[in-house]
Amino acid sequence: MNAQEIIFYLIAVYILGTGIMAVTTQRIFRASIWLLFSLIGIASLYFWMDLEFIAAVQIVVYVGGIVVLIIFSVFLTQKAGDQMPKALKSRTLPSAFASLFALAFTSNILLHHNFGSASNMLFDPSVDRIGMAMLNTGDGGYILPFEVVSMLLLSAMIGCIVIAMKVKKEEAK
Amino acid sequence: MTPISLTHIILLSTALFFIGMYGFFTRRNLITILMSIELMLNSVNINFVAFNKYLYPQNIDGIFFSIFIITIAAAEAAVAIAIIINLYRSHNSIDVEDASEMKY
Repeated sequence: MNAQEIIFYLIAVYILGTGIMAVTTQRIFRASIWLLFSLIGIASLYFWMDLEFIAAVQIVVYVGGIVVLIIFSVFLTQKAGDQMPKALKSRTLPSAFASLFALAFTSNILLHHNFGSASNMLFDPSVDRIGMAMLNTGDGGYILPFEVVSMLLLSAMIGCIVIAMKVKKEEAK
Repeated sequence: MTPISLTHIILLSTALFFIGMYGFFTRRNLITILMSIELMLNSVNINFVAFNKYLYPQNIDGIFFSIFIITIAAAEAAVAIAIIINLYRSHNSIDVEDASEMKY
């Protein structure tokens, strides 16, 4: 076992452990913090795969954006120390059974599937290559999805403002 | 060929996906359901990047899929949290059992 494998297994145990804690803990604020740790673990997995740009995007968008948003909404809607009611046994047992069965089924298929060998070309996910492809109008360029996503973000922003806007009492009548 | 093969990474992302699915089934609070969905989206991102790196290293399409999924997940989380806050204002609760007007 070399260092690369040991680091991979450490990252895997870390991601799965914090993920399980995030979906099973009874306190909602702790669940969001466990989710934060799990997302940082996924970012470190991207670093392990030599994808610095995706790891940076993961940290900036998920850890810096979405988790902060979730923590804000926890504070706006709940008391932070509150315990959620325990999930019913009649709900957890079938869900655990379904998840474990699906996991075993999928793993069985995966372990017996031969993915074939990769071509021996060098993997080059450098930022300038990603940027050139992102704004390329030619073959293999991603300018159209880029523009569509920018419109989607704009409409999501307007939609958030409209949905969360407080309706004044006299306007509501 | 690296000692950690593609299968290991896909097994990790599969396990993470089904952890998210378990949370989605058992949780009854809208914010925690949203957290489970984020875990599932992240496991899909790992899949895209790993297939890109280990099977098609000459392309970078999987990286683009991951970037767009991250972007859309951010937009989705923002809209979902706006809806949750609006629901809390009208129902004083964000439990899915309490929001059943449109169920039947």
